[in-house]
Amino acid sequence: MSTTEAATETAPGLRVVQDATCTFCGCVCDDMELTVEGDRITKAKNACVLGKAWFFNHHVEDRPEALIDGQPAGYEQAMDRAAEILLSARFPLTYGLSDTTTEAQRVALAITDWIGGIVDTTTSVCHGPSGIAFQGVGEVTCSLGEVKNRADYVIFWGGNPAESHPRHFTKYSLMPKGEFVPNGRKDRTAVLIDVRKTKSAKAADHFLQVKPRRDFELAWALRALARGVELDPSIEETTGISLETLEEIMDGMKKAKFGVILFGMGLTMTRGKHLNSEAVLALARDMNEHTRWSAKPMRGHGNVTGADNVVSWSTGYPFGVHLGSGFPRFNPGEFTASDVLARGEADAALIIASDPMSNFSQPARDHLEGIPSVVLDPKLSDTARTASVAFTTSTYGINTGGTVYRMDDVPIPLRPAFDSPYKSDLEILRGIESRIRQRQLAESLPDPAASGA
Amino acid sequence: MSSLRITGGTIYDPANGIDGDVGDIWIVDGRIVEAPAEPDASADRTLDATGLVVMPGGIDMHCHIAGPKVNTARKMIPEEKRTAEPVRRTRLTRSGSGGSVPSTFATGYLYAGLGYTTAFDAAVPPLAARHAHEELEDTPIIDKGFYVMMGNNHYVMKQLAAGEPGRLKAYIAWLLQSTKGYAAKLVNPGGVEVWKSGGGNVHGIDETVDHFNVTPRQIIQGVASTVQELGLPHPVHIHCNNLGLPGNHATTMDTMKSLEGYRGHLTHIQFHSYDGDPDDQSTFGSRVPELSEYVNSHENLTVDVGQVMFANTTSMTGDGPLGYYLHQVTGRKWFSGDTEMEAGCGIVPIVYKQKSLVHALQWAIGLEWYLMVDDPWRIAMSTDHPNGGSFQAYPEIISLLMDRERRLEVLAGAPAAVSDRCTLKDLDREYSLNEIAIITRAAPARMLGLAHKGHLGPGADGDVTLYSPDDDIQRMFELPRYVVSRGEVIVDDAQIMRDTRGRTLYVEPEYDPDAVDDIQAWFEKTYSIQFRNYPVGDHYLQDPLVVPTS
Ligand code: SF4
Ligand SMILES: [Zn+2]
Repeated sequence: MSTTEAATETAPGLRVVQDATCTFCGCVCDDMELTVEGDRITKAKNACVLGKAWFFNHHVEDRPEALIDGQPAGYEQAMDRAAEILLSARFPLTYGLSDTTTEAQRVALAITDWIGGIVDTTTSVCHGPSGIAFQGVGEVTCSLGEVKNRADYVIFWGGNPAESHPRHFTKYSLMPKGEFVPNGRKDRTAVLIDVRKTKSAKAADHFLQVKPRRDFELAWALRALARGVELDPSIEETTGISLETLEEIMDGMKKAKFGVILFGMGLTMTRGKHLNSEAVLALARDMNEHTRWSAKPMRGHGNVTGADNVVSWSTGYPFGVHLGSGFPRFNPGEFTASDVLARGEADAALIIASDPMSNFSQPARDHLEGIPSVVLDPKLSDTARTASVAFTTSTYGINTGGTVYRMDDVPIPLRPAFDSPYKSDLEILRGIESRIRQRQLAESLPDPAASGA
Repeated sequence: MSSLRITGGTIYDPANGIDGDVGDIWIVDGRIVEAPAEPDASADRTLDATGLVVMPGGIDMHCHIAGPKVNTARKMIPEEKRTAEPVRRTRLTRSGSGGSVPSTFATGYLYAGLGYTTAFDAAVPPLAARHAHEELEDTPIIDKGFYVMMGNNHYVMKQLAAGEPGRLKAYIAWLLQSTKGYAAKLVNPGGVEVWKSGGGNVHGIDETVDHFNVTPRQIIQGVASTVQELGLPHPVHIHCNNLGLPGNHATTMDTMKSLEGYRGHLTHIQFHSYDGDPDDQSTFGSRVPELSEYVNSHENLTVDVGQVMFANTTSMTGDGPLGYYLHQVTGRKWFSGDTEMEAGCGIVPIVYKQKSLVHALQWAIGLEWYLMVDDPWRIAMSTDHPNGGSFQAYPEIISLLMDRERRLEVLAGAPAAVSDRCTLKDLDREYSLNEIAIITRAAPARMLGLAHKGHLGPGADGDVTLYSPDDDIQRMFELPRYVVSRGEVIVDDAQIMRDTRGRTLYVEPEYDPDAVDDIQAWFEKTYSIQFRNYPVGDHYLQDPLVVPTS
């Protein structure tokens, strides 16, 4: 990766990396100026509090290259063992992928295809419902630079960007002066819709406190108003927001030149799930009969958008893909990782840069703990602790280059700050893939799935 | 050194004037060479092509196979993918999904399986160039590249309005270098920007684009002349304004006339050849006779067709307002994606039905184009995959072109009014194998300025397709006997024998480095990413080949 030309040596042992990228949240800010002293980042200009924590708390820990059944091991031995585990599995599961580069994601897809497993990403536990809603109604959306340059009406729905995506307001959606909104914040109206008044409310002109689990009804009411349908004032009892307020909001939405709805997991992971996302996507779509509107899910993890893209271009489906029949099949709920594990189905797992042992349901965790697993993580996560083979990896964006897709699908290159003694996900996965391929091709078994072009 | 000899085949190599002669082809280290002088010379491998039809590898000069809109379409249509024939994993090859928008690995294998060895994605927004390259790297076997959308680019429009041709020239060269793209593409020039800035569209080439004070005509002429000055191998590639609208023939004619004095390629011309009243679909008809006559008499122009076929497919376009129009007409789900400073995008699933007057006319209008352009060197086969249909329909289109009876049979199953509104039933022309070899290989290579492709003379890429002659023409072209890529047998009797990677083709036109300051100043004011993170690094390219400018 030709990513190091960014660094300039200012004093012996002190380097500054310009235009580096923070992968901590879906904002994927690529304007970091990192000061590096040896193997520490000591300054991270332009980073928010979360970004600073991400960069400063990154130390190269003194850990073995890998652990096999809890015992220290070298990479070569661990890759051999990992390949063995994956090759002997009948129903292997690949999961995670959202905190690594697309280059590594692509190799993970190759491995899963060659061994006929399931591949799923953290999308299935965050914005999976938005993905499903998208398949139902489509989506009218735009890149974040369009929001910056044009948006004069911005609705944040079911999220708290001030704390989850701290630079979203300043870099993209509220504060920046844009080509068609030259006065920045003054040219924009901001609305926050949420069940509770979070820190983000301070940044908004209007805060609409929706009753818990009534997001769908609220979106539907706005769709009705957009279409000119008369609503009963009892809508206030249903949604917690008065008809008058709704009408005022809709009036503003129609008068806007370019509106955008940025929605979070408060919408997608509460009652209604993908129906909520569908309602909001449909609302933004319908508004195009009046003026231009877009909608966009606020994706969390650094490269979860890259994972969606890689899984989609490799298989045709965005997440929860079964490759065990020799071709891709998609069925969320059936082929999504937490469900596969909770039903006790997978017999081996390859977990990349994710910690399901800390956030999956108890039955899923119990099953994962009981099957052989290969885990790649820079840290000794709960999942790595229970792994049959746990690789210590370098950290993407800090130690290794590659590509990350921002929440609006814009691909951004990484400029690493300093070398790690550990291998990257890409190198380890390539090592595992080549071992698997050597074995498969050497065995030269007649392929049951062999068929024509 | 590895060598391959293909002996005794019936060769169609129109670029070298070979029309059905029996002969041998020698390939050494991936390139075609003169047959050795020694009579007993032998090759590492010999393919007996006796009785087989031999053509250069196929070239698809306009398709949508990589990048954000293609991938968004994949995500959007699980219901279609579920019923489509999948591509199964083999010992050597990856699995994939099929249908109108196959996954990347499937796309490479399916093209190779049809005897196509080169394909160009026709519409990549520069900001997503890195994404397109990543997908192309996962698209096996075929050589590939893409065209860069610039017809609604703010910097382009600003330089045109300011009368700064020097800056425009530097920018286009810089943009192609930064994206590692192959050609300049205009999509509904100016109209997409109007859509992005509040809805609507432009309706003719002399309307002014809001905020920018330029007209589509200025964009077309400005980019056409700049591309020519830069000496790019392919002229400006134009998707005209008003795609799909009844009565759009006038805009198309205006566009062609505006290109007088410049070279230009008009793409998916079928979608731009309609008679009728824009507000009334029932008035729909063909204006191919006069448009094709204009093309026949103007050598500066080339076209590809964008044939419509009756099937389920997915419309995907950089023409944002067109996506909205299709959504309104079909009522189907709709994706729209605006890219800052650069482009738009629209995706809508669509079904083309033989029983629909409009759809059947679109089908007939495409065939009229193939049959009414006299010189096959100036027309290339395309379905605008997947817009009019899948590239997998090429064998069927070939059979329609070679067999008048078959056309009439299909026409008989369409609404009777189709024949009143176009001339298809009166067109007797039937394509020869030589002409098929031109419109699927030799002509697209020439239009693209690819001297090493589309023919079988010494120095050409060792890309060869061998077909078993068959009375069923469609079957003949669907199942090549062998497909050879860079001198290696890739497909043998419908089996993929090797999983190769293919090459990325792009251009590197020169520009004045002093011009970059102005580009950078504009970029830093407007974009949401850092200037230095915009250009695509070399490591994204797979076995790259820079095609020279002249
Ligand atoms: S907003 Fe997100 S990407 Fe940007 S610096 Fe903060 S944590 Fe990093
Ligand atoms: Zn096209």
